[in-house]
Amino acid sequence: MSAVLSVSAVAKRYGELQALRDVSFEADAGELLAIIGPNGAGKTTLLSIIAGITSPSAGSVGRSAGEVGWAPQIPALYSKLSVAENLELFARLERVAEPQAAVERMLEQTGLAARAGEAVGRLSGGNRQRVNVALGLIGEPPVLALDEPSASLDPSQRERLWEFVAGRVAGGTTVVFSTHNVSEAQRYADRVLVLTEGRLTFDGAPRQLLALGGEHDGGDLERALVRFLRDPAPAER
Amino acid sequence: MRWLLRKDLLILARSRLLLALLIVYPVAIALLIGLAISRTPARPRVAIVDETPPGETLKVGNERVAVGQYARQLFKQVEAVEVSSRAEAVEKVESGEVLAAVVIPPDIAARVSSATEQAQLEVLYNGNALQQSLVASTLDSALAHANLGFSAQIQQTAGRVIGSLLSGGSLGSIGAPEDLIGLSRIPQTLGAIIAREPHGRERAELERIAAFAGFAAQNLSLAERVLSVIGQPIRVHSVLLHGRRTPLDTFAVVVAVSVSLMFVCVLLAAGGVALEREEHTLARMLRGLVSRETLLVEKTLLAGGCAFVIAFAMLAGIGAFVALDWSRVGLWVAALVFGAAGFGALGVAIGALAREVRAASLLAFALSLPLALLALVPAGSVSSGFYDVISVISFVFPFKASLQALDAAVNDASPAIGVSLVHLAALTLVFGVLARVGLKRAE
Repeated sequence: MSAVLSVSAVAKRYGELQALRDVSFEADAGELLAIIGPNGAGKTTLLSIIAGITSPSAGSVGRSAGEVGWAPQIPALYSKLSVAENLELFARLERVAEPQAAVERMLEQTGLAARAGEAVGRLSGGNRQRVNVALGLIGEPPVLALDEPSASLDPSQRERLWEFVAGRVAGGTTVVFSTHNVSEAQRYADRVLVLTEGRLTFDGAPRQLLALGGEHDGGDLERALVRFLRDPAPAER
Repeated sequence: MRWLLRKDLLILARSRLLLALLIVYPVAIALLIGLAISRTPARPRVAIVDETPPGETLKVGNERVAVGQYARQLFKQVEAVEVSSRAEAVEKVESGEVLAAVVIPPDIAARVSSATEQAQLEVLYNGNALQQSLVASTLDSALAHANLGFSAQIQQTAGRVIGSLLSGGSLGSIGAPEDLIGLSRIPQTLGAIIAREPHGRERAELERIAAFAGFAAQNLSLAERVLSVIGQPIRVHSVLLHGRRTPLDTFAVVVAVSVSLMFVCVLLAAGGVALEREEHTLARMLRGLVSRETLLVEKTLLAGGCAFVIAFAMLAGIGAFVALDWSRVGLWVAALVFGAAGFGALGVAIGALAREVRAASLLAFALSLPLALLALVPAGSVSSGFYDVISVISFVFPFKASLQALDAAVNDASPAIGVSLVHLAALTLVFGVLARVGLKRAE
């Protein structure tokens, strides 16, 4: 299977701060990748570079910004516009061939068809996040970058969001997401990327990280991550 | 671009308070300015106490001028409320029924007639500092007018007396001799008598008298002109060096429209850009969907378009009260379009710097208001060094250029409109570049 996303030797420097160093990985179609690591490890910076929000200081991403859908941590929506108007606007700006059809499809997939005419500012946090993700997907991109997608959601909202994302992954979309919730990565991700001080220190399946952290299959990935960060091993896949 | 415009118009339409403000504001300003400049200023209500005895006159030579004339002159300048005593006047001033009171003292005629003591009026007023200043300046002006009128009257009477002294005849007052010879006729009459006299001591004396009478008549004939010069020693002759005289009312229209154009445009443009940051949509837009330049042009167009419509509506609305030359409407449009572009560019630059709509609005307001005030400071009213600083500040922001462009368009004032339009185009470019730099922070 050929890679749909290729990140090569990406580095990012903000003045004196080296946020990312020599990060490289690839992702296949229909893969769900979780980026985890401590605060300030460079998770959001890496996602921003993949999404085309930020330019890397060195290295490259093998996809143009237009080919990567993006959903930021804080929903980027016009609160005075309705759900359908937000979707239509971005469908037009993404130059989607049939904008109305794309809007209806996204409304159906997000389960928000009944609230299509409601102003986004009046939606719950969970529904806003679903619209936020839907905007990232409106142009049917092969890759979707999600920055902390479930950070402000309650458990049931989180569950519905991951069902929605899983549906897209099943349809062949590659999803890369960052999270602080390690159990979420363990539960949904096919692969886990661990960033430590801007370096990619682990790239593999969750069970491999469990093993490195001395946990058995089905064990606690968070505990394994803590042990791994204390005694890091070379990135492997 | 059109989808962005459509989106922003939808958001604007749903911001009911803002929309109402955008509609009500120009209508209210147009009405206020229109009403203010289409009505003559109200004359101040002033109580006048005339303590002079009824029929009191002022003697000028053998003629008399009624002192009541002075009170009548004063009545013309104010909305006079006649009161009988000083106490009543004080009561009216204290109750606020009148702004001030003027007491004409009983000895005014005696003092003017004495030619050694100046007559004095008493002016009573109260109120706060601003009111006192207004009353004092209004009354000073009214009293100056009354003094001038009274002085002209005395001058005319004095002129008639001098004329009678020169040409002779009757002085018209009881007790004065009838058929006086007149000073100017003495040299001629005396010359005829001298011619009949033999040479000698008496003839020489008569010749000296005739010479003096001739000299006196010549100099007295100048006295009437001297009196008019004393009455108004300096007359003002105004010469306008550049452009055309702009009536104050149409200049007030230009100022009001320029201020509205600025506020609406700067606030909308700054708020529009800041809203993209506040809604976190700026980064989403700028990742290849929309270029920074397109976004800035769209915000400038939206703000400029709204401000143009409002400003033009204001001009048309005020036109109902003030005579504006509609044949120059093409120039109005040019001035408003260039002004809107300049203000729009300033607004997007402010919006690009601010992180949220409130901060952008505050910054836009805090910057615009002093700019407008500074641009209206006339040369000579402050020290030259400070005026130079004001001029530089006014030059690098679009308000003064916009005001001058609109003044030239509406009133054919100086400088020529082309100069201001070029200035505005340059400022639009400069602030556009600043906004573009500011948007780099979207990363």
